[in-house]
Amino acid sequence: MAEKLLKIDDLRVVYRTDEATVKAVNGLNLSIDKGETLGLVGETGAGKTTTALSILRLLPEKIGIIESGNIQLDGIDILKATEADMRLLRGNTMSMIFQDPMTSLNPIMKIGEQIGEVLELHNPEMDENTRDEKVNEILQLVGLPVERKSDYPHQFSGGMKQRVIIAIALACEPKLLLADEPTTALDVTIQAQVLSMMRELKQKLGTAMILITHDLGVVAQTCDKVAIMYAGEIVELGTIKDIFESDAHHPYTIGLFGSIPDLTKTTKRLNPIKGLMPDPTNLPAGCKFHPRCDNCLEICKTQEPKSILKNTHMIKCHLYIQDKQM
Amino acid sequence: MGVPLIETRNLKKYFKTPKGDLHAVDGVNLKINKGQTIGVVGESGCGKSTLGRTILRLLEATSGQVFYDGKDILKYSNKEMLNMRKKMQIIFQDPYASLNPRMTVSEIIAEPIKVCKTLTNKNEIDDKVYDLMQIVGLSERFVNTYPHELDGGRRQRIGIARALSLDPEFIVCDEPVSALDVSIQAQILNLMMDLQDDIGLTYMFITHDLSVVKHISDDIAVMYLGQCVEKAPAEELFKNPLHPYTKALLDAIPIPSLSSTQGFKSIIKGEVTSPINPKPGCRFAARCHYQRKECMSNVELKEVGNGHFVSCILL
Repeated sequence: MAEKLLKIDDLRVVYRTDEATVKAVNGLNLSIDKGETLGLVGETGAGKTTTALSILRLLPEKIGIIESGNIQLDGIDILKATEADMRLLRGNTMSMIFQDPMTSLNPIMKIGEQIGEVLELHNPEMDENTRDEKVNEILQLVGLPVERKSDYPHQFSGGMKQRVIIAIALACEPKLLLADEPTTALDVTIQAQVLSMMRELKQKLGTAMILITHDLGVVAQTCDKVAIMYAGEIVELGTIKDIFESDAHHPYTIGLFGSIPDLTKTTKRLNPIKGLMPDPTNLPAGCKFHPRCDNCLEICKTQEPKSILKNTHMIKCHLYIQDKQM
Repeated sequence: MGVPLIETRNLKKYFKTPKGDLHAVDGVNLKINKGQTIGVVGESGCGKSTLGRTILRLLEATSGQVFYDGKDILKYSNKEMLNMRKKMQIIFQDPYASLNPRMTVSEIIAEPIKVCKTLTNKNEIDDKVYDLMQIVGLSERFVNTYPHELDGGRRQRIGIARALSLDPEFIVCDEPVSALDVSIQAQILNLMMDLQDDIGLTYMFITHDLSVVKHISDDIAVMYLGQCVEKAPAEELFKNPLHPYTKALLDAIPIPSLSSTQGFKSIIKGEVTSPINPKPGCRFAARCHYQRKECMSNVELKEVGNGHFVSCILL
């Protein structure tokens, strides 16, 4: 049986502040195969970035606490690893692309040096010439002219900066790439270039990816599997076929699709989800989506729904537990 | 129909830089009819926000004319403009930066009324603020709340209420929903469309999001490097895009569906060229598949029928 590259079981993460405890991730279960791309979809406050930071163990010290759960990456128990172990993993076995390319690069280092830095840290025995060649290779891979490696970040546009960040993230050919809204800050034509490049690289290097996004269009074009997150939990999970072509969905997923203007139709008004995301310091009882759900039943108000699984499609909703066709 | 509410003629806004003049808006001709929405789309640096602000005279135009109800407002004195501003308002993109953090919700909404003295009686002002809050869907209990206590969607509603406080006719909406989550976006878009139906507002809706612009606009103008390259009724633009840039822009939108055969067929290569001292001719030529010699001389915006205008030598 093929081993999962990443397996997360019942992850619970909180942010503990003086005023309140924020329940950011509430029992998350996730797994990824080698080379697979999972889209992690949800709105602000759903817990997507917290999940990514937990895998990398980069939560803010003292405030971000992994209360319980299990994270296995390539056979390594992430939660039991020492900080020294984690430093060897970050940038090497797994790396991250952060949301805002404008602020993720060191402004006083040439970009060639920033890419070289990650190679040097993880390959101390590599000589300078080999490293130089590798940097050139990666620049070509991401579509940046080699002559620009002695330029500084401010001399590049947003799209080019993001390519530099992708180059840094992929320099050591990691097995897992965490991409946190990598194209949200970019124009749509540059987004198309960057996504196309990421797809090619993924195929060439066999990298698995968790792509955090709220854009269902990006998901359809780049992902194999999709997980929809709400209030710190995955409420629906499936292949892209399950998510885009099945008739059965979690009410929140239906709400998300209904909120997006459809280019192929002319609609008078959109169908947004009423209300707002729940306060993570004061989550509702039962199903966390129930206050906003048009199909709310009595049981939804008091009991958390179990996950219902049909083949590859999982939905966490009482409507499907009650013998509904899925 | 008569005179359009807003008309710009050869409107230009250049910024001086050490390297030369930055052509932010370079000869834009637009007509906006009363009660309609014109969507202005384009990517970063195309000049759409600058266009909106120049029309409102938040930035002074370098040359050209802006007609409001037939009169050139670029010639108005400060006093005359203060009066005009009651009719022309703006909703900003960033619901976090556009609200004074030290003022309460009601103080923010009441401020324009107090500045323009459209109402002076305290009770009347309070009543008006309550009315506006109700119209935009802000609960009364937020009257004395500060912006930082509210989420992006609610803050944007404050921005809208403030823009409505002087009973304007025309509102420039500068990416008003870009900073919001999709479900909140949908709520705000619905609200804006309802308001237009109820009060007869005219909008200039600036955005880079093509799905949003199609939903809300009657007409759409596509901008590239300070120039309008294509202009058409919304349905027509999406059904029949003519300019190579418009086509590439539409092709680049990732569709949330598996049935589209989108393989990013015409991804534009390269980056936007510099807006500083641009060479004559079509500014998109450097990135265009169909580029030829004729593209180097200036191309006019020509009508090709059905209110559809394009500036491209191929057509």
